Amino acid sequence: MRTLIAMSLVLSLAATGGCNREAAGSDPSTGPNTPAVGDTLIEASIANVSGLIPTLTSDSASHEVGAYIYNGLVTLGRDLEIVPELADSWSFSKDCLTLDFKLHPGVRWHDGKPFTADDVVFTWEATTNPKTPSPYRSDFADIDKVQALDPLTVRVIYRKPYAKALLSWGSASILPRHLLDSYNRDGKLRESPQNWTAPVGTGPYRFKEMKSGEKVVLVSNPDYFQGQPYISRVVYRIIPSQATIFLELKAKGVDLTRLTALQYRRQTDYPAFLKSYNKFRYAGSGYTYVGFNLKDPRFADRRVRRAIAHAINRQDLLDGVVLGLGRLATGPFRPGSWAENPNVKGISYDPRKAAALLADAGWKSKNAQGLLVKDGQPFTFELMTNQGNDERKKIAEIVQASLREVGIGVDIRIIEWASLLKEHVKKRSFDALVLGWGTGADPDQFVVWHSSQSGPDDLNHISYKNPEVDQLLETGRSSCVQADRVKAYHKLHEVLAEDQPLVFLYWQDVLPAASNRIFGIDPGPAGIKWNEPKWFVPKHLQRYTSG
Amino acid sequence: MLAYALRRLVLAIPLILGITLISFMVIHLAPGEPGQTPGEMVTAEAKRAYEQLKVEYHLDRPLPEQYWIWLKRLARLDLGRSFAPHGRPVLSMIGERLPITLLLNIVEILIIVALAVPIGVLSATRQYSAFDKFTTIFVFVGFATPEFWLALLLMILFGIQLGWLPISGLRSPTAEYFTFWRQQLDFLSHLVMPIMVATFGGLAGYSRYMRQSMLEVVRQDYIQSARAKGLAERVVIGKHALRNALLPIITILALSLPTLIGSSVIVESIFAIPGMGQLMVQAAYERDYPVLMGNLVFVATLTLIANLMADIAYSLVDPRIRVGRRRR
Repeated sequence: MRTLIAMSLVLSLAATGGCNREAAGSDPSTGPNTPAVGDTLIEASIANVSGLIPTLTSDSASHEVGAYIYNGLVTLGRDLEIVPELADSWSFSKDCLTLDFKLHPGVRWHDGKPFTADDVVFTWEATTNPKTPSPYRSDFADIDKVQALDPLTVRVIYRKPYAKALLSWGSASILPRHLLDSYNRDGKLRESPQNWTAPVGTGPYRFKEMKSGEKVVLVSNPDYFQGQPYISRVVYRIIPSQATIFLELKAKGVDLTRLTALQYRRQTDYPAFLKSYNKFRYAGSGYTYVGFNLKDPRFADRRVRRAIAHAINRQDLLDGVVLGLGRLATGPFRPGSWAENPNVKGISYDPRKAAALLADAGWKSKNAQGLLVKDGQPFTFELMTNQGNDERKKIAEIVQASLREVGIGVDIRIIEWASLLKEHVKKRSFDALVLGWGTGADPDQFVVWHSSQSGPDDLNHISYKNPEVDQLLETGRSSCVQADRVKAYHKLHEVLAEDQPLVFLYWQDVLPAASNRIFGIDPGPAGIKWNEPKWFVPKHLQRYTSG
Repeated sequence: MLAYALRRLVLAIPLILGITLISFMVIHLAPGEPGQTPGEMVTAEAKRAYEQLKVEYHLDRPLPEQYWIWLKRLARLDLGRSFAPHGRPVLSMIGERLPITLLLNIVEILIIVALAVPIGVLSATRQYSAFDKFTTIFVFVGFATPEFWLALLLMILFGIQLGWLPISGLRSPTAEYFTFWRQQLDFLSHLVMPIMVATFGGLAGYSRYMRQSMLEVVRQDYIQSARAKGLAERVVIGKHALRNALLPIITILALSLPTLIGSSVIVESIFAIPGMGQLMVQAAYERDYPVLMGNLVFVATLTLIANLMADIAYSLVDPRIRVGRRRR
């Protein structure tokens, strides 16, 4: 089953680091709790599914459903290691330019037709077709051609070494040529039945039905090449309100969902809940930050940025905003991932040092209101964030209070998402932002930090320009030798921590809760869904008979 | 009468055009643009994917031209396709969602009227009695209570603690395995709480209007004559007074017909009901212009039809009003 999350930088939930389980009761080797087929898993999502061809969608709900229906050539295992899926093995040529896959034999599409290397070629053709509006075309941008050497061997030839090559074949859902060829040629993939009414994949679950805005029903694939999943049905309910999802969880109308920090700490500790549910916790793959507009001369000065970082008590912030359910961020790499440099220390909470740095930068005297002044101008700026995110609002308030103590005035502005993006982020018309970045399975962050990525539609919206960082990013993404990449990213981590182009705040933990009748859940850096087809409900605990 | 109705219908067409034109401008005035998933940062790649669609959807043309293209399509009764990745026809999307919203809202209005009229009448005829005071407090509490808060409380009470009713959605997740009659019962049980929440708030308005209107009518001279004639009080109130007191209610009913397809956003979101309200809010966040415009056409048309129906109903109910006839 594909557990790889979309390559685009959206908040995903793979992680590294410590993970613990709150309640026991999942040892499958004891008597009556042996693996059994049956039952239904009911999941909930806040957002609607916007399409069933993952190549065309970038929202997480569509990709979660897609993960059940499709496979990639490879996927991620529990500790974020790359493991085989549709491909049994692979090898790179010495110059990193050719990647060969040997495919698993005997795989069938949900409609019974055999899966072959030609479908892999087709997937590449469809994603790179100029008429296909795919957000993932860049994953395949460096590919010269894809060839089916025989029905079970695929050769991918790259124009230049691409470090994410292997991973990109994990996040790509392989599509069936025999159903989509004509649609692809006409550039009408979106209108194919595959996208809405009848998606056909090779994955562990087959599509049964979808009622838009209500639910998606999937049934287990008896011919799944890795073995039919134990749980016979998955119902993916769409419930647009977090509060309702929580109540449904308590009423046993939903079996699996993610809890907020408050729910995890304070609202799920009563006996009735603990008797029926297991709570899990693992480090998330998204971090929250305070980003500066580096075109502003005040923030262009590194001393000012470091001073602001010193003025914020990040531990208190973590405890206050997410009740301690996270870890402090020292840089843009997930704690515990191979790219993270464990020797980099975070910026300490030190208001005196902050004051000293600010004085260094010319902010020495204070006016009557207690604000620092320089050349007659008091130091005040606008801190923006998006509406609808309670945590970011709290962070803004804490930052405002912390900075007031060192004499910097902050005005908070909360703006609706699309407007924030169009009028402020893209036009670079902001002073500072409280936002978050999600990191994918690969640590490459070229699009966020490289100086070439600061066009209005690009993601380097703080306008960061550092030639050393540029060099490290380029090295990291074009090498297929792991040791070189580790060196580059460790140095990058050091440089960014020193430079503080933004204040790295914290990585949030993901807090799933699942009905404890489900056995086999094994939380790890990749989360809990990585082995979903292996979950089961023992016969005597099954709740839903599936006809 | 018929001529009047026809004339009104013909005049409605330029009205609808005007409404759509203004709406079109307002929608495009809002900052932000399509191609964004709300709350998630979109990569430049996704943006480039959207750029392709931009040409297909004529978003690169000047606004008046875009409006004209939309209008020409509308003349063929084609509402266009959504900007979302699935690109489905707007008409299908609305067609999927409209029935449940209509069902919910029609049932809600029927219940409100069925409750509000007797409450209003009884409050008026027993003015200042214990019943009057109690119902006054009751309906105002309902009016002041935020819907989502009430919804959550009811969910906790009936869904979790008592376990009588399902919490959200339209059907149980495994409903396809139920027998036909159990399926209908399942569906009805899912509607109970949403309707309860929706009606509780709406009762206040209608019952107060009814009460006020009744109080005015009951003081009229003809009521006194009816009593003097020896008619039973039941007939006096139930037949003569009620008919006259109902006139304002008809007006309000007619004016609230357009809300039949849009007003239940909060109830739909909290109870996870896939209706028009949810569709519209989602479309607004995503700047899904075709869906927004399609919905506006529906609402505008409905409003105009509702107004026409209100006027005709008025003339039927109130003999003093005769629409369309020339006065000699």
